[in-house]
Amino acid sequence: MTQRLVVIGNGMAGARTVEEILARNGDFTVTMFGDEPYGNYNRIMLSNLLAGVESEEGIYLNDLAWYQDNGITLNAGVRIERIDRFAKMVYATDGTATPYDKLIIATGSYSWTPPIKNIHNPKRGFHQGVFAFRTLDDTRGMIRYARDHERAVVIGGGLLGLEAARGLQNHLSDVTLLHAMGHLMERQLDEKAGHMLQASVENKLGIKVITNAMTTEILGKDRVTGVKLADGTVIPCDVVVVAAGIRPSTQVAADSGLTVERGIVVDDQMRVQDEDDIYSVGECAQHRGNLYGLVAPLWDQAKVLADHITGRDTEAAYTGSKLSTKLKVAGIDVASMGLIAPETDDDEVIIYNEPKKGVYKQLIIREGALVGAILVGDNSKAASLIQSFDRVQALPEERAELLFDIGGPAGEVKPEDMPDDAQVCNCNGVSKGAICGVVNAGCKTVSGVMDKTRAGKGCGTCKPLVQRIVEWAAGGEAEEDPAASWYVPGVPMPKPELMAAIRKYELKSVSAVFDKLVAGGEHDAKSKMGLASLLKMMWADQYVDERDARFINDRVHGNIQKDGTFSVVPQMKGGVTTPAELKRIAEVAERYNVPMVKLTGGQRIDLLGIPKEQLPAIWADLDIPSGYAYAKSFRTVKTCVGSDFCRFGVGDSTALGIAIEERFQGLEGPGKMKLAVTGCPRNCAEAYVKDLGVVAIDGGKWEIYVGGAAGAHIRKGDLLATVDSAEEVIRLTGRFLQYYRENANWLERTYAWVPRVGIEKIRAVVVDDAEGIAEALDAAIEEAVQAYKDPWKERAVPATPGQFRTSLPLTVLPQVPVRS
Amino acid sequence: MTIAPIAKTILGPIDEIPFGEGRTYAVGPDMIAVFRLRDGSLRAVSAVCPHKGGPLADGQIDNKVVVCPLHLYAWDLSTGCSQSGQPPISVYPVRVDDGHIILGD
Ligand SMILES: Cc1cc2nc3c(=O)[nH]c(=O)nc-3n(C[C@H](O)[C@H](O)[C@H](O)COP(=O)(O)OP(=O)(O)OC[C@H]3O[C@@H](n4cnc5c(N)ncnc54)[C@H](O)[C@@H]3O)c2cc1C
Ligand code: SF4
Ligand code: SF4
Ligand code: FES
Repeated sequence: MTQRLVVIGNGMAGARTVEEILARNGDFTVTMFGDEPYGNYNRIMLSNLLAGVESEEGIYLNDLAWYQDNGITLNAGVRIERIDRFAKMVYATDGTATPYDKLIIATGSYSWTPPIKNIHNPKRGFHQGVFAFRTLDDTRGMIRYARDHERAVVIGGGLLGLEAARGLQNHLSDVTLLHAMGHLMERQLDEKAGHMLQASVENKLGIKVITNAMTTEILGKDRVTGVKLADGTVIPCDVVVVAAGIRPSTQVAADSGLTVERGIVVDDQMRVQDEDDIYSVGECAQHRGNLYGLVAPLWDQAKVLADHITGRDTEAAYTGSKLSTKLKVAGIDVASMGLIAPETDDDEVIIYNEPKKGVYKQLIIREGALVGAILVGDNSKAASLIQSFDRVQALPEERAELLFDIGGPAGEVKPEDMPDDAQVCNCNGVSKGAICGVVNAGCKTVSGVMDKTRAGKGCGTCKPLVQRIVEWAAGGEAEEDPAASWYVPGVPMPKPELMAAIRKYELKSVSAVFDKLVAGGEHDAKSKMGLASLLKMMWADQYVDERDARFINDRVHGNIQKDGTFSVVPQMKGGVTTPAELKRIAEVAERYNVPMVKLTGGQRIDLLGIPKEQLPAIWADLDIPSGYAYAKSFRTVKTCVGSDFCRFGVGDSTALGIAIEERFQGLEGPGKMKLAVTGCPRNCAEAYVKDLGVVAIDGGKWEIYVGGAAGAHIRKGDLLATVDSAEEVIRLTGRFLQYYRENANWLERTYAWVPRVGIEKIRAVVVDDAEGIAEALDAAIEEAVQAYKDPWKERAVPATPGQFRTSLPLTVLPQVPVRS
Repeated sequence: MTIAPIAKTILGPIDEIPFGEGRTYAVGPDMIAVFRLRDGSLRAVSAVCPHKGGPLADGQIDNKVVVCPLHLYAWDLSTGCSQSGQPPISVYPVRVDDGHIILGD
């Protein structure tokens, strides 16, 4: 049944939430109330309007026609003064009463006025000549008044005050900025950065700045003549703009008995505490103790609210936002995120300071992750820093790379200096020109460009360069890709939500996921493999295996090669084989004229160049289990000879490696899992650079390293634990792999996942069971291990008609060279 | 978009192709990949990927595109157009009649 949705507040959050609800085809009749007599406009743009670089028409987000077209009743200029939660009615100052089934409160904030003598006029609110800076009416009034006057004072040296001061310069010649604190923007900038900004504002813009300035009185009776500071200084002026901060508009909510602390208290679904049918979004909402005064978090809140209220995903949860600002404050580049000062002795602080140029950069790094950054005067690195900050990415060893484009071959090149035909992606042969072409054709997201050109989709090392080129080609304005957080590109949900929805609706096949979770039930080829792997992990033997959801490698259990043939890799646990097996492999290779027999990096024998139609016969003749050289799954355990034969070995690495491989063979995951066990720290099996590597150390102990890599990326693993027995190694290995399987993004190898989540967190969960889920992880991995079947056991009967039929005549293809 | 004319040919029973997959058929000198979409309809395109000769019938499909298994470029199954600036592939008329796959008009 169509429900009645009432929205109080027609500002940025309220209107955006309604847009999101419409986009999800929510079944509502919508009524909106806004006490400003306008449609919905972009409040941020008021700064531009004041500065004269934007017109009034240009700042509207939704005009009146939009409301009409979408069947929304807009009551513009009507203020709600009370909500009756029991009768489910809202009452407006014009005497009307409106019933609702669901209510959204999005009343935003009002600008706060510090206690200053004579600032108010008993009859008219503000003294004539005194203005706030919050609404379109404020801005209009300010412009009108400023035009006919000469000297302005702005009270408040935060973002808004700076914008106001800059904007006023457009209308009058003399602007003074008063700030009660010691330096400008003290919430976002440290002292040095604040002073640097002040110097730029004064020298470049010609705005006078006075810090530690407590305004105590507005002078003048009929018209403003000046302001007086606590120390007695008088600054003559005829316009005063107050931009001293904002307070959430919670009056209506508080008067109506809702829970209000600093803001209206909401839960992770943006529902007002203790209410079933009342929600709140935007600056008036208090979520997990935080209030947000920038728009980016509001967008996230709006999405969650819309998902929840339309029933599209009732468990969608907003978990808070990390705040970062990247702005031209009064024409000067400023970016700030996270901490502005170190908090512990271990926090790394990196500062670069070039006062003459007005450039200041500061980074705060904790345990290898960026927790704070300030940039003044040069925002060229802001985008990448915000990204590291948001996603808690691993930082380059050479910290200076974070602040400047230096080091590493990829770091050196600037997009503008590259010739058009310079090859950017060496795996897929994509040039700078090709990337720019796609950007110019309108695709401005990094992932969109990667999809269209395949740049960065090989080994991935060129991704940062691709990103820089996209940003450069898009004029510094690469768009945020909403899909960046999705698990697979075709289903609009990050992994935890996707898993929750799959569980809730009991979706056991890939097509069921598309049908239920994608608008219009659109299937997506590029998402199938990731979904298949996820579902298999979640449902084990209840998973409904649709063969077309598998990549060809998984359909025929072999790795496809450049000529359309496949490779056959018999299992060789821990790299150990027998003469009899070797003989069998050799005979089969001869019988089928295998073009190349090769030892792999994972200590196995690879038979390369097998036509698809021969695969079942070869496996039948080999009669050895599959070595899983394909699939996003557990691959091998490399071992050294260890204590059996080696003079130095202190642990039986071979036996442990075989035991691990036996237990976890064929296990699927979001990425490949390559392991190793080495018999002493001399590390002949290269265990420090594996997804999980085990090193025997003296005293019968084993060290377990995780998150290592020695492929396109190189990383030494982090020490997870040191344990006393081989059994303990196997137990923690299983638990770690399961935690990775459940939490990593699709195709995210452990070398990216471990630093993203943090080794401390992983250790707490996997070793110390801090979250009490160890038992569940152990049980889940046990179930997965038990579900293992060697795919080649079923070779006699094809799983689908023509499973092994050739797809190409091999003769027309480039032949793999045969070496004699 | 290139819909290539081709003489009417019966390729074989529809059951030879599982839903959501493709199979290759040799038709005279041409190799043609026929896909059976999950909605039951058929698409026929040239079997050899114009990028580097990949076997398109081994690719993954949805109701719109085929993704080549070698380098994962995608082509529209109805128009043959590449989504990534590659040369187009040929598209052939195809339908089911009485349980058989009929290529050509
Ligand atoms: C000049 C300026 C520049 C800014 N620049 C930036 C920027 O660069 N970047 C950034 O991220 N953010 C910026 N902001 C902040 C951003 O505009 C706010 O975070 C955002 O507008 C908050 O949205 P909201 O919907 O919560 O509140 P609002 O947009 O304020 O909307 C609330 C609406 O509800 C109405 N209302 C209140 N009570 C009632 C009632 N009882 N009945 C009916 N209607 C009611 C109000 O009149 C208002 O129209 C700027 C703000 C200003 C003022
Ligand atoms: S095995 Fe060699 S050719 Fe193949 S992807 Fe790795 S580096 Fe490239
Ligand atoms: S890692 Fe140690 S035990 Fe293993 S082979 Fe090398 S030296 Fe010997
Ligand atoms: S051969 Fe088909 S995408 Fe490269």
